[in-house]
Amino acid sequence: MFNWIQNIADWLVFDVLQLEKGQHLAEALNFFIYDTTKILLLLFVIIFLMGIINSYFPIDKVRNFLSRNKLYGFEYLMASLFGVVTPFCSCSSVPLFIGFVKGGIPLGVTFAFLITSPLVNEVAIGLFIGLFGLKMTTIYVVSGILLGTISGFILQQLKLERFLTPWVKQVLANAQKEQDAFIAEKQTFQERLPIIWEEVLNILKGVVPYVIGGIAIGGLMHGYIPEDFFEKYMNKDNLFAVPIATILAVPMYSNASGILPIVQVLVSKGIPIGTAIAFMMGVVGLSFPEAMLLKKVMTFKLIGIFFGVVTLCIIISGYLFNLIL
Amino acid sequence: MTKIIKILGTGCPKCKTTTALVEEVVKENNIDAEIIKVEDIMEMMQYNVLSTPVLVVDEEIKIKGRVPKKSEIIELLK
Repeated sequence: MFNWIQNIADWLVFDVLQLEKGQHLAEALNFFIYDTTKILLLLFVIIFLMGIINSYFPIDKVRNFLSRNKLYGFEYLMASLFGVVTPFCSCSSVPLFIGFVKGGIPLGVTFAFLITSPLVNEVAIGLFIGLFGLKMTTIYVVSGILLGTISGFILQQLKLERFLTPWVKQVLANAQKEQDAFIAEKQTFQERLPIIWEEVLNILKGVVPYVIGGIAIGGLMHGYIPEDFFEKYMNKDNLFAVPIATILAVPMYSNASGILPIVQVLVSKGIPIGTAIAFMMGVVGLSFPEAMLLKKVMTFKLIGIFFGVVTLCIIISGYLFNLIL
Repeated sequence: MTKIIKILGTGCPKCKTTTALVEEVVKENNIDAEIIKVEDIMEMMQYNVLSTPVLVVDEEIKIKGRVPKKSEIIELLK
């Protein structure tokens, strides 16, 4: 499917630049051109598709759906699934949280959404397909959805309402199944397209520098780190690798676009895939800036419990992947 | 009549871009408008919005969750 990109990369490096096959520099450059082109193309397609879905299914509809319907235990899964198609900007997390609470959506269900939304997003999916292939992407997406669902369910059982900040408790007391005068925008596809297009360009503009930077660093490492370099230190039998990778990852706030290409190289050099996935989920799913924002609605204790439960679930899934893959 | 334009946002890059765009449009077109940045979450929630930035013109929500285009803002402020 991507052979033609490889041909372009070969042609540029070996014919136009006249570099010798097998040279470190030539191979690294070839890898860089191939990867960048392929990944930017995939990112474009995925972001565009997600933009279309989101245009017809905005966050307000998600909220109303979760608030109105009795879902008999499936609400966690539904919230998690909605999280996938809704783009998430951590700066919207507070209004979103309050909006959900106001609509009478249980805290655990809200958490399920808040966990999956950044974890499985259009940029991560696009990068994953490009770097790891479809099979790994499916595994990542499905496990991301399950992670949100299960963490949300656990968090609900802990009855955390008492750890909300006082004014949010007030909102909670006045919560009602809404109401809401949300009027779906009745637009034709032609009217929506320019808006979707604009969003696609905005998102791409934001991630392209990171993607290119990440692939460049990855490219250098690819050419210079010997095969199986990491096997000695981070093999599957090392029990501490997964928790260490996860805990290291949580404070990192590189957006996925920069980290993923580097992780891909690490995996090709022998880091077990479960450890790598745990690391990526830690980077993408949880971040300190998000925690600081959530401080407005949650006490430190609640943020701690929230991050703790999610981190634990990530670590467990890391072990699981190492076992089965 | 002076239009009251409110921009709701928690201070994220998108919100800042929106504010800058609105200011630009108002200036360039000599629109009689007052621009208010709403960063207080309590006040924001009165508008019942789930995603930021939000553009409110004369207490009516016009755009939410994305940065509007310049042409859109001009259209909204006419």
